[in-house]
Amino acid sequence: MGMTMSQKILAAHCGKETVKNGELISAKLDLVLGNDVTSPVAINEYNKSKCNCIFDCQKVVLVMDHFTPNKDIKAAEQTKQVREWADEKGIENFFDVGEMGVEHALLPEKGLVVAGDLVIGADSHTCTYGALGAFSTGVGSTDMAAGMAYGKAWFKVPSAVKFNLYGKLNKWVSGKDVILHIIGMVGVDGMLYKSMEFSGEGVKNLTMDDRFTICNMAIEAGAKNGIFPVDKQTLKYIKEHSKKTPVVFSADEDAEYDEVFNINLSEIEPTIAFPHLPSNTKTFKDIGEVPINQVVIGSCTNGRYSDFEVAAKILKGKKVNKRVRTLIIPATQKIFLELAQNGLTKIFVEAGCIVSTPTCGPCLGGHMGILAKGERCVSTTNRNFVGRMGHPESEVYLANPEVAIASAITGKISHPNEVVD
Amino acid sequence: MKITGKVIKYGDNVDTDVIIPARYLNSSNAKELASHCMEDIDKTFVGRVEVGNIMVAGSNFGCGSSREHAPIAIKESGIACVIAKSFARIFYRNAINTGLAIVEYDGEIDEGDTIEVDFDKGTIKNITSNTVGKFPPFPEFLQNIIKKGGLLNSLKESDNEI
Ligand code: SF4
Repeated sequence: MGMTMSQKILAAHCGKETVKNGELISAKLDLVLGNDVTSPVAINEYNKSKCNCIFDCQKVVLVMDHFTPNKDIKAAEQTKQVREWADEKGIENFFDVGEMGVEHALLPEKGLVVAGDLVIGADSHTCTYGALGAFSTGVGSTDMAAGMAYGKAWFKVPSAVKFNLYGKLNKWVSGKDVILHIIGMVGVDGMLYKSMEFSGEGVKNLTMDDRFTICNMAIEAGAKNGIFPVDKQTLKYIKEHSKKTPVVFSADEDAEYDEVFNINLSEIEPTIAFPHLPSNTKTFKDIGEVPINQVVIGSCTNGRYSDFEVAAKILKGKKVNKRVRTLIIPATQKIFLELAQNGLTKIFVEAGCIVSTPTCGPCLGGHMGILAKGERCVSTTNRNFVGRMGHPESEVYLANPEVAIASAITGKISHPNEVVD
Repeated sequence: MKITGKVIKYGDNVDTDVIIPARYLNSSNAKELASHCMEDIDKTFVGRVEVGNIMVAGSNFGCGSSREHAPIAIKESGIACVIAKSFARIFYRNAINTGLAIVEYDGEIDEGDTIEVDFDKGTIKNITSNTVGKFPPFPEFLQNIIKKGGLLNSLKESDNEI
């Protein structure tokens, strides 16, 4: 019996020829990630355990992105703790305000992850790097502590579900709609403990940004990881961003899958997840008039340059609705700078949006755009759980950047065609 | 090991954002986290939970964010064990790694019931309704981590081999 792509990466990292579904293994890690919320818990665990080694100072990455620039005194104390610890331990990849970005946009951009890597992160959206052909998955802070100390983690080898993609995406449709469509289909626990392996001739029609967005939300279907095959586009991206050498794994022809879904990309429409689950998806034929108060374009899901590029194109020469606070939050410093250099910041500001420095901010209801009771937000982020962006009685609608900006213009959830001639 | 306690019950897809809302993650202090446990779906929880109570839920418990603050808050609030039809995978490993007792079980349990969980026999006895059900034990590999008091301790003792 052959192995899936994920199983091959796991086998290679635990020194075995083959691994089987359900097998418990201890594997060597290529990278261990934490942020300003999860690292303090990991550091406390690490200190309690009296470990004093770090397995590899270059393979630990700490990104201060959730509540930074520090939202309050407690957040300031937490980042201070991480900063001091990183200095003491000689952690090279410590990213603080000025350098930091939202972790899952930052790591690929900095070339810290490449194809074939095995990565754990104390953040559930660590699954994003599957877009690069890596096995990456979210864990907790204790796993992170053990990973930093010993460079290892335990895994239950997952079975996989194959998503055979074909066709091409239509206008106003991007990776976000593909993954929302899939989550709507399989449910928030449809892929529990499993790998989502994307394949098929449609893969070549998806940009790297589409693939990052799709893998980012694999966790929203309950999956352990999402992963794309490595093709010319992947290798080009890695070459442009990293000095590391990628290792290309691919699924065996006779690999066993729990299920295979055939997805015609050309049939997917702009898709919106209504409160309070990412699986509660609708397309415009089922959406009535939904007035909104806020729009957020940003996050590790859709805070990349191409997301702002398409939004600015729609917005150019128009204004956002006076009653909609529109927050533009580029995910990294590089993207922030590119928006300024290429005139996008001007378009957004003149239209009545604000453009913020990188932060997770409102995505997790941290700061920079918290919702009051009864308020509604269209957001390009990845979760719309109860209270995710503020008051427990506020509502988050997940959408692609095109729908988000169109909604900012009209003041209600809108298809981009409503605002473009 | 046996735990007997009164049940506090929730539904499916209880996510870590409602177990401990992100607005409180600017602290990693267990007591402080516990004082806000479950507040976005159940404002009464903190006031009524007693040491030794058992939390029971539906499928996909602990989905969403990887925050270990969630099992920490539940444990610190006094909950002795969480029983759910299924657990989201990061919550599952966090619970094992931090030593919060969890059980995957699909039997009838209602709010307010008193139940007895026998970890050695793998049985759950509902004292209120006088019924008994079985649950599968953890694989040996994981039992080893639990017995040694969490992941880091188990690593230390076994000379870095997980
Ligand atoms: S942007 Fe949102 S989902 Fe992404 S890492 Fe930050 S808080 Fe998590």
